Amino acid sequence: MAELNANIPEGDLMEKWTKLKSSMPLVNPANKRSIEVIVVGSGLAGASAAATLAEMGYKVKCFCFQDSPRRAHSIAAQGGINAAKNYQNDGDSTYRLFYDTIKGGDYRAREANVYRLAEVSANIIDQCVAQGVPLAREYGGLLDNRSFGGTQVQRTFYAAGQTGQQLLLGAYSALERQIGMGKVEMFTRHEMMDVVVIDGKARGIIARNLITGELERHFGHAVLLGSGGYGNVFYLSTNAMGSNVTAAWKAHKKGAFFGNPCYTQIHPTCIPVSGDHQSKLTLMSESLRNDGRIWVPKKKGDDRSPIDIPEEERDYYLERRYPAFGNLVPRDVASRAAKERCDAGYGVGKSKLAVYLDFKANTERYGRIEANKQNLHNPDKETCMRLGREVIKEKYGNLFDMYKQITGEDPYELPMRIYPAVHYTMGGLWVDYNLMTTVPGLYALGEANFSDHGANRLGASALMQGLADGYFVIPLTIGAYLSKEIATKAIPLDHPAFVEAEASVKGIVDQLFAIKGTKSVDHFHKKLGKIMWDKCGMARNAKGLTEAIAEIQQLRKDFWSDVRVPGEANEFNPELEKAGRVADFIELGELMCIDALNRNESCGGHFREEYQTEEGEALRDDENYAYVSAWEYKGDVTFNLHKEELKFGNIKVAQRSYK
Amino acid sequence: MSTGNMNLTLKIWRQKNSKTNGKLVDYKLSEISPDMSFLEMFDVLNEELISKGDEPVVFDHDCREGICGACSMYINGRPHGPKEGVTTCQLHMRSFKDGDTIVVEPWRAKAFPVIKDLTVDRTAFDRVIAAGGFISVNTGNAQDANSLPIPKVQADSAFEAAACIGCGACVATCKNASAMLFVSAKVSQLAQLPQGQPERYRRVQSMVAQMDAEGFGNCTNTGACEAECPKGISLENIARMNRDFLSAKFVSEESI
Repeated sequence: MAELNANIPEGDLMEKWTKLKSSMPLVNPANKRSIEVIVVGSGLAGASAAATLAEMGYKVKCFCFQDSPRRAHSIAAQGGINAAKNYQNDGDSTYRLFYDTIKGGDYRAREANVYRLAEVSANIIDQCVAQGVPLAREYGGLLDNRSFGGTQVQRTFYAAGQTGQQLLLGAYSALERQIGMGKVEMFTRHEMMDVVVIDGKARGIIARNLITGELERHFGHAVLLGSGGYGNVFYLSTNAMGSNVTAAWKAHKKGAFFGNPCYTQIHPTCIPVSGDHQSKLTLMSESLRNDGRIWVPKKKGDDRSPIDIPEEERDYYLERRYPAFGNLVPRDVASRAAKERCDAGYGVGKSKLAVYLDFKANTERYGRIEANKQNLHNPDKETCMRLGREVIKEKYGNLFDMYKQITGEDPYELPMRIYPAVHYTMGGLWVDYNLMTTVPGLYALGEANFSDHGANRLGASALMQGLADGYFVIPLTIGAYLSKEIATKAIPLDHPAFVEAEASVKGIVDQLFAIKGTKSVDHFHKKLGKIMWDKCGMARNAKGLTEAIAEIQQLRKDFWSDVRVPGEANEFNPELEKAGRVADFIELGELMCIDALNRNESCGGHFREEYQTEEGEALRDDENYAYVSAWEYKGDVTFNLHKEELKFGNIKVAQRSYK
Repeated sequence: MSTGNMNLTLKIWRQKNSKTNGKLVDYKLSEISPDMSFLEMFDVLNEELISKGDEPVVFDHDCREGICGACSMYINGRPHGPKEGVTTCQLHMRSFKDGDTIVVEPWRAKAFPVIKDLTVDRTAFDRVIAAGGFISVNTGNAQDANSLPIPKVQADSAFEAAACIGCGACVATCKNASAMLFVSAKVSQLAQLPQGQPERYRRVQSMVAQMDAEGFGNCTNTGACEAECPKGISLENIARMNRDFLSAKFVSEESI
């Protein structure tokens, strides 16, 4: 089994990437034409990697389970993308973005990777603008920025509340351009079912054509996974219904270590659950915390309408607890604070599992500014509110509409009710500095890898990382591997490893149909989600995690003896797709609990109730846990822990404070 | 599992695959909550069908927050149902009444063949984009983003066109199954930006040629597409595309 070597280049932190770029082995154009690269996933990471590699001359095959690469879930990212451009002249720099990201991640990310991310962040904005991505602009024609959590500068670029959509459509157009030129072969409605490993190297995949059900063998000199995160292990999350861990999990079972599986991000501002029928949760962008103030009533069980509760009877608990960052504390801190208030009995709404996000104060403030611009002196409150609403509408209109549509309440009149929900997973396949997993030739990009966000991701950094990996990192680092593969000829698809991998996939599909049980796939998925949310969610403890592991093991047995998969294998069958994904989620859920139980400290999104400061903040144990947990699959849902020690040479490790 | 009090009759298009004929099949549902989304109501139906040993209804859906463009049901004769400015996943059952009969069909267009039940093949849209819906810039060559100021009004207008989610409601609602609104949105986005100028006339010609090759119908300026677009894409885009397409014949040095 591979050694855990992060392959971090020698030299000063600030020199590492620059030096590596100029010394990285290259592949000459003639050789690139005969090298094939498989990309699984077509979101920001996958699409940008596939397009860029094709531009460079590699033969690329790209796979997605959606009907079009444009529908990958990156499309739903709302708020923005960070970049150290310092366009606002507010003291931003590459180092500051690096520092904020390491601190935001609670000192559990790898310094070298994060510094590189900060370095290339500015190139991403340039690239996207060149592609025609319509980012928001000021009247002078220059790009606009806004604030996001965990920072004190304005470095977030955005396109209304649809930043992910616009960036993905940019990457998608670059990808479609290569498809049109015949340099990328696109396989939509295809799901990766297994990685094919030959002589220890990733050499291809088995994919299922979701329309015909046919299993296909595809060869590649290298395989890239940009298949996203695993938030749907919780059943209810802000992820798309189809988002899944299957590609990453199959890779894990073929030898790729899984890094920090217990680090999940619970986003503080989502629309609360309304009933048992709910199939997914909807995010209200973090950008709303620029102008929304979060509060609960000071009195327990106060049932008055929020507009009837006077100012002095409101507890703006984030502003109270964290005066320096206020409503813009990082997500993990904001989520826990909301949970703390609700658990203490101050929650609002029917379920009492919600807090208010209130725009009134800033609406009035904007109104006053507008009135001033229009030369209205001493405007009354009504006028201010009317003018202010127009400003708010321009900034957040689509989010307000979405809220109203889902809840039936008008957020221009009443404060929003919000509650934390599963949003993102910092954990993922362990990768070295070159983004290669522990299986040579198998890479993981974007949310699918574990690399840059430590134990908590800052807002607007996911889009940055996905595009950094795809546009700027992998196209270069993959050269180190492929330059040694130029003599490798395409391996025939009747190679025993392909035959065996396909047979094993077929075996699983047949087994799922053979159960003919009594419960639907969703039944098991919901059960898994409830265990994970209750015992491996915003707060965890040893007792709960131990119980969860036993419950998940039982659930796995029940699933494999009582699930009902209707229809047939050789047709379009979404229930079969779900069944395969949920089977993988059940195994992953167990590993997440094992990892959370192993980590006897609190850090970022991983909050172990046993380890907290007197003020209820996360209490790290740097002496014993300043490492990445990298889990090796040992067969039969058992795992071995490997550790990658985290060394901090350029940043002072401290108790994280946003006070 | 449902908690509401609405009773509904559904008439749903069932079709095993692209080679067989389909038909409308009746289903009764009870105890539907008005807070459910239309797709969650379908989840309830499918759960019932599975427990009875029947085959669930296949439909496209993914993000369930109105942005991926996957959901595509033709509800009571309107794409994405009766409410304006929303996709099917954002349509809630409170938009219907207890006792309603709801007819649900797939998108109907020659260029969007049915795959199964309510799922259609919309890859024609991708091929139209591949024909020219991009700016030819390779990764790594970009100048500083602020070296190219773009007036806010122009940038906002390009953004409004770029908000298209590629769902295909415009095609589904058009009596000619024309894709002009979709194609013009992309043409318009790029035509309004300085970055899009070098390929402006080449782009419009290639994309229109591909649109025709895919078998989409002609535009007769009825405006149903604009009325049904969940993202409010404006007919002005079609006018702009037509203008560019005509100009291309005179302005462009290359004809496609």
